[in-house]
Amino acid sequence: MASAKTSLNRRSFLKTSALAGGGLMLSFSWLVGCKPSPEQAHSLPDEWFDLNGFIKIGNNGLVTIMSPNPEGGQNIKTAFPMIVADELDVDWKNVVVEQAPLDTEKYTRQFIGGSQAIRQGWKSLRMAGATARYVLKEAAAKAWGVPSGEITTEAGVIYHKASGKQAGYGEMAAAAVSIPVPEEVALKAQKDFKIIGTSRKNVDAKKIVTGQPLFGIDHKKEGMLIAMVVHPPAFGLKLKSVDDSAARAMPGIVDVFPIKNMQDDYQRQFFDTCAFTELVAVVGKSTWEVMNARKALKVEWEPFSDYSETRDNGTRLFPAGLESTEGHREHMAKKTGKTVNVLRKDGDPEKAFQNAAKVIERTYTAPFLAHNCMEPMNFFADVTADGATLVGPLQKPEFTEKTVSARLGIPLEKIDIQMTRLGGGFGRRSYAHWMVEAAVISDKVKAPVKLVYSREDDMTSGIYRPTYQAIYRAALDAENNLIGFHVNGGGIPESCIYANRFPAGAVDNYLAEDWVLDSNITTGSFRAPRSNFIAAAEQSFLDEVAEAAGKDPIDFRLELLERAKNTPVGDNNDYDAERYAGVLQLAKEKSNWGEKKAGVHRGVSAYFCHNSYAANVLDLVFENGNARVEKVTCAIDCGIVVNPDTATNLAEGATVDGVGTAMFGAFTFKDGVPEKTNFDKYRMIRTKEAPKVIDVHFVKNDIDPTGMGEPAYPPVFAALANALYQATGKRLYDQPFAPALEELSRSRI
Amino acid sequence: MAVFNLSVNGKKQQVDVDPATPMLWVLRDHLNLVGTKFGCGIAQCGACTIHLDGTAIRSCQMPVSAVADKAITTIEGLSEEGDHPVQKAWLEHDVPQCGYCQAGQIMTASALLASNPNPSDDEIEAAMNGNICRCGTYLRIKAAVKTAAANA
Ligand code: FES
Ligand code: FES
Repeated sequence: MASAKTSLNRRSFLKTSALAGGGLMLSFSWLVGCKPSPEQAHSLPDEWFDLNGFIKIGNNGLVTIMSPNPEGGQNIKTAFPMIVADELDVDWKNVVVEQAPLDTEKYTRQFIGGSQAIRQGWKSLRMAGATARYVLKEAAAKAWGVPSGEITTEAGVIYHKASGKQAGYGEMAAAAVSIPVPEEVALKAQKDFKIIGTSRKNVDAKKIVTGQPLFGIDHKKEGMLIAMVVHPPAFGLKLKSVDDSAARAMPGIVDVFPIKNMQDDYQRQFFDTCAFTELVAVVGKSTWEVMNARKALKVEWEPFSDYSETRDNGTRLFPAGLESTEGHREHMAKKTGKTVNVLRKDGDPEKAFQNAAKVIERTYTAPFLAHNCMEPMNFFADVTADGATLVGPLQKPEFTEKTVSARLGIPLEKIDIQMTRLGGGFGRRSYAHWMVEAAVISDKVKAPVKLVYSREDDMTSGIYRPTYQAIYRAALDAENNLIGFHVNGGGIPESCIYANRFPAGAVDNYLAEDWVLDSNITTGSFRAPRSNFIAAAEQSFLDEVAEAAGKDPIDFRLELLERAKNTPVGDNNDYDAERYAGVLQLAKEKSNWGEKKAGVHRGVSAYFCHNSYAANVLDLVFENGNARVEKVTCAIDCGIVVNPDTATNLAEGATVDGVGTAMFGAFTFKDGVPEKTNFDKYRMIRTKEAPKVIDVHFVKNDIDPTGMGEPAYPPVFAALANALYQATGKRLYDQPFAPALEELSRSRI
Repeated sequence: MAVFNLSVNGKKQQVDVDPATPMLWVLRDHLNLVGTKFGCGIAQCGACTIHLDGTAIRSCQMPVSAVADKAITTIEGLSEEGDHPVQKAWLEHDVPQCGYCQAGQIMTASALLASNPNPSDDEIEAAMNGNICRCGTYLRIKAAVKTAAANA
C-alpha cells in the first residue's frame, strides 16, 4: 500500500458553523454553493467540521470538498474532489463541491496550465482524503475504546465489526477535529479505487444548462460600475493624448481617464506579459453606454522606440516599428540560413547527409493564433482602504496577485482573489493584465468595477501563439534506413524546438538547432505550447520520409521507436519509447489500420507532450467536393484516467480544436494592426466542419495520472495533413490548410 | 432613454434605456438575467441566443426598441426546474466543457426542435452552425439534440 507524507496546515483544523457561513466563502452571494441537489440524501447540516483545507464534514454526513484550482472546462472541479472522496471513502452522492478561493497557506499550486493540475495534485488530494479518513477512524476508536487497527470504513460509515459498532462520518466529525494528524497516512491500492476511474458528471453541469451565474462576466455587486479600456490600434504604437470631452458627456458615463497597468520600473514576472501598458479607461453605469462612449473618444497614438524588458526568464527586445505578416514570413525564411543555437548533436550529421542515398528537405510554417476563449477577458475589482477583492476567471491567481500587490501597494494578505469558472482558458488567462487594470480602475473611481473586454479588445490586445517555421531534413541510405535527421526551427518571438523529443534517440546522426526573431508582438502559452506546431511539422515530415523509404507510416515510426527503446542514442531523450509505441499500436488496432475503404483517405500521427502520449488515425472523405473528417481514432496514454467520460470529452474537444486550427487558424497583421478583430474575420471551426465521429481510447495502466488537457491536441494537425495528402496527392506545408484546399478544389472544377 | 414594457420568461418587465440597447445588455445589465452570454456582439457566435416568440435570435443584434410585445424566453426561463428535454439531454451527455457557449447552444437547439421535432443530421448541423463552441463539444451537442428529439 502506498503512503504519503502529510503536509496539512494545523491552522486549518477549525470547527466552523454553517450558520456563520463558516468557511463557506462563496464567491457569489446568490450562488448557493452548498445546497444539496434533490438527488442527494442529506439536507444541509447544522454544523460543519473542517477536517483539513480540503474537507468539511457536516454533522449529518454531508461532505464538502474544496477544489482549489480554477476550473476552465478541463473538469478538474469534478476530478479533484473525486480523488479526495475516493481516499476519504464516501459515497459520491453525498459530496458537495465548492471552489476554494486563492489561499497559498492552505493549498499549493493553485493554478492551471501545462496539463499539470491532476498530475501535481494527485498525491496531495489523495493525502487529504486519506488523512481525513484516518482522523475519523481514530476518533471512533477512541470513542469505542477499541484498537484503531480493527476499524474499517465503507461509503461514509465507520465500523468496528467485532463489537458490531458503527457510526456515520457525521457523528464522528466533531471528535475527529481534535485528533492529531499522523506523519504519514496509508493510501489505497489502485484496485480498491471506487470513484477514481469511474465516469462522474460535471458537478456544475446543472448550473450551466440552466444559465446560473458561474462566470466572471456574470459577477455583480451593489453599486458596481462597468469599465472598458481602449488600447493602441497597432503593435508599435503607444498612447499620445486623449480628448475625452465628447465621451464624458455621453449618458451613463461616470469617468474617463488614462491608466497604466504596470509601472515602467516594475520588474515583471513570467506571466506579466502585457502588450499595452498605457490605456484609456471609460467607466459608466452600463455596458452599452460605456461601449458607445468609447466610440466618442478621440485618442492620438504615437510610435514607441525600441525597448527591452527583463523578467525572471530573461531579457526580451521590443523593436520599434509596425510589423506585417508578410514581413514576418520573409524574415523567417531568410533567418533560417543562419544557425543560431545548436541544441543537440548526436553522431556526425554532416557526414550522414553527405553519404545519403536520398535527402528530403521540407519547410513548415504556421501563423500567429488568437486564443479566442468564448468568454471575453473580464474581471471584477473592489479596491477600498481595507484591501482589494478581485473576482473573475484567471489561470494563475497566485502570480497575478503579486502583480496587483506591487502595482497598488496593497499587501498580499489584504488581497482576496475569488476564482470563477473560466469561459475557456487555453493559456490566455495565464496573462491576467486585465485583473490589474480592473484593480487600478476601481482604485481610481473608488467603487466596485467590472472590467469587460469586447471581442475586438480580446482579439487585438496581444498574447498570441507565436508564428513558427521549421526546416526538416532527413538522410536515407540505399536500404532506406534513416541515417541522419536535422531540424532547424524558430519563431517570432519564440523557438518551436524540443531537441530531446522523438525522433531524437532513434537516429544515430541527429542535429537540432533553433533561433528566435525579435518582434513587438506579445505572445504567450497556447494549448500545448510549441508542441502545437512542431508536432504538425515533425509528424507530417515523418509521413513523407516513410513514403520515401517505401514503408507504412505506422511501421516506420514503430521501427524508430523500437530502436529508441532498445539502443537509444544519447541519454537525454525525454519520452518513453514503449509508451509512445503503445499509443500508435492502440490507434492502429482500433482504427483497423490497413483496411481500405473506398473514398476514405487516412492519415496517422502521434506525439508526446505534457508527460502523456497520443496517437490519431484520421479518416477523410469528400462530400460535395468538400473535405470532411469522417472519423478520428484517438489513442491516449495519460496514466490512470480519473474520470473517463470527461477525459473523453476533452480529447474530443482537442481533436475538434486541432482540425479547426489546422484548417482555419490564422492571426495576421498589416502595419502593426491586427487584421482579425472578431469571428467574422477569424474563422473558427463550426459544427459542419467538425469530425463526425471521434473514437477515444485510453491505454490502461497503473501509472500515476499525467496531462490530459493538451496532449490530445498536437497530433491532430499532422493526421489531417497526412490524410489530405492521401486524398489530394498534395502535401501541405503551411498552416492554415483551408486556402490551399480551396485553391485545389477550384483547380479541379 | 425610453421606457419599454417587455415580457421576459412570462413576466412583465419595465426598463428605461437607450432604445438602441441590444436585448443582450438589457437582459444582463438591467434585468439581472446573466445566463444569456456575450461572445462577439456581431451575430457571429450564437452565445447570446434567446427566443423571440419561440424563434431563436441573436440578442446582441436585437435592439430593445424592436422587441415590442413579443415574448422573450431566456435560458433561465426555458423550464422551471431545468428539466426541458434539451437540458436533460445535455446533462445526460455531459456536454459542457467550459460551458460558456452552452446556454446559446441550448436555446438554438430547443428552437430547432420546437419547429422540427425530428431533425436529420444535416438539419441539426445547419441549425447549430451559427453557434461556436471554442471547447469543441460539437459532437456531444449533436448527440444531445438527437436524444432530446427522441425523448420529447
Ligand atoms: S454575442 Fe451575439 S452572436 Fe455572438
Ligand atoms: S463549452 Fe466552452 S465554448 Fe462551448
